[in-house]
Amino acid sequence: MNAMNAIKQFIKTWFLWELLLGMKLTGRYLFARKFTVQYPEEKTPMSPRFRGLHAQRRYANGEERCIACKLCEAVCPALAITIESEQREDGTRRTTRYDIDLFKCIYCGFCEEACPVDAIVETRVFEYHFEARGEQIMTKDKLLAMGDKYEAQIAADRLADARYR
Amino acid sequence: MAEFLSPLLNLFPEGMQPIVLILIQALLIILLLTGAVAYLTLAERKVIGYMQVRIGPNRVGPRGVLQPLADMFKLVFKEIIVPSRANKFIFLASPIIILIAALVAWAVVPFDDGWVVADVNAGLLYVLAVGAAGVYGVILAGWASNSKYALLGGMRSAAHKIAYELAMGFALVGVLMASKSLNLQEIVRAQDGSILHWYWLPLLPMFLVYFISGVAETNRAPFDIAEGESEIVAGFHVEYSGMAFAIFMLAEYANMILISALTAIMFLGGWLSPFQGTFLDAAFAWVPGIFWMFAKVAILLFLFLWFRATFPRYRYDQIMRLGWKVFIPLTILWIVVEGVAVYFKLGPWFA
Repeated sequence: MNAMNAIKQFIKTWFLWELLLGMKLTGRYLFARKFTVQYPEEKTPMSPRFRGLHAQRRYANGEERCIACKLCEAVCPALAITIESEQREDGTRRTTRYDIDLFKCIYCGFCEEACPVDAIVETRVFEYHFEARGEQIMTKDKLLAMGDKYEAQIAADRLADARYR
Repeated sequence: MAEFLSPLLNLFPEGMQPIVLILIQALLIILLLTGAVAYLTLAERKVIGYMQVRIGPNRVGPRGVLQPLADMFKLVFKEIIVPSRANKFIFLASPIIILIAALVAWAVVPFDDGWVVADVNAGLLYVLAVGAAGVYGVILAGWASNSKYALLGGMRSAAHKIAYELAMGFALVGVLMASKSLNLQEIVRAQDGSILHWYWLPLLPMFLVYFISGVAETNRAPFDIAEGESEIVAGFHVEYSGMAFAIFMLAEYANMILISALTAIMFLGGWLSPFQGTFLDAAFAWVPGIFWMFAKVAILLFLFLWFRATFPRYRYDQIMRLGWKVFIPLTILWIVVEGVAVYFKLGPWFA
């Protein structure tokens, strides 16, 4: 039996059997259905939990949500968030500066998790670029503008995810 | 070939005609070859893409057919950087050496009965000699770059080319013994008869050794240790950019086509129809021989691409082992077997 196996092995070796098996596999894949997504024209489905570019939200009356509690700044593992705050006339606390450095940000979503008033969120926007130095800083104005622009989408996504939290 | 061009040739004085004819033929071959190389690169990317369940380049032109042009323009307009500590003359000469070695061998390759630039009687020796010259380009490029990775690539390539050159030479001795000629046209004519008379069957081990050595000789996967992008970046051509790099690529692909053409000539009956000796022969008599030649070359080239999509790179010592301890003994053994067969007039092929 051992001799038989040895002979079998010998024939397999010299007729490149294993190599032909490998080629059969790749040959089969030559005709398999292709998985390529032709990106700008076609896109893959996106989850409501997608974490893209950041935004700051407002309440329905137009008041900004952020209360400068700095929990996001504390939780941020990449130290990407810088916050400065002051007390307003009416005694509430609001930010004077809220910067996210997108070069530092790792898009982990911890700031969003930490936020007690759902002010800082991550949107589905992921196609963006910078053309000059400094543009990578998301200032408070830019964040609020993003929030205003995408509020409908942001609210819908939070609602869709609410039942799982 | 000369008949087709006779109206053009008659414009020149009698004495000039052979030179003009050779020039035209050389130009034709070079143009055809560069075109074939350009589209072989596209075919490679497409075939490997398909085998990896991707679709490959498809943006430049319909289905990506203009991709080679885009690549060419990109390389032409790139700067050729010569490293400051490099030997400038040898650095720039080595791609030219490689390219010349890859092109001159085509002089003796017959595309059809009589369609050959130089009908040399020692064609087989010429092919071996010229094929071996290409390695100088690789070694010199590796040395002149004055870079450790390039030098390593050059040394690796020198070692493995020597090993596989021997195996290839012995495999060709087998062909020589069977056909009793060094002339490539005579070798094809000796295979006349049917698909079973082609040397791939009587010389099966030689055929496999020759083709696998050919893959090794052209630095193609799975024997591409001279480039070895995952360990020594790009081997001997790390320091090259722009057109100098493009010439290396051109030579590599031209060598692939050359090895495929030589394999087709020596083992797959060159321009002979595969239907010879069967009832289909008459039905396919109208197909010119050059078509069969091109078809065989195309199939072998597809195999090159298929190998690259399938096999992981050999380790250096495994390549050496395969070359010295497997291929060379195997070919020598088969030469002895063949010698006995020829001496005792055994078998249908050595009568």
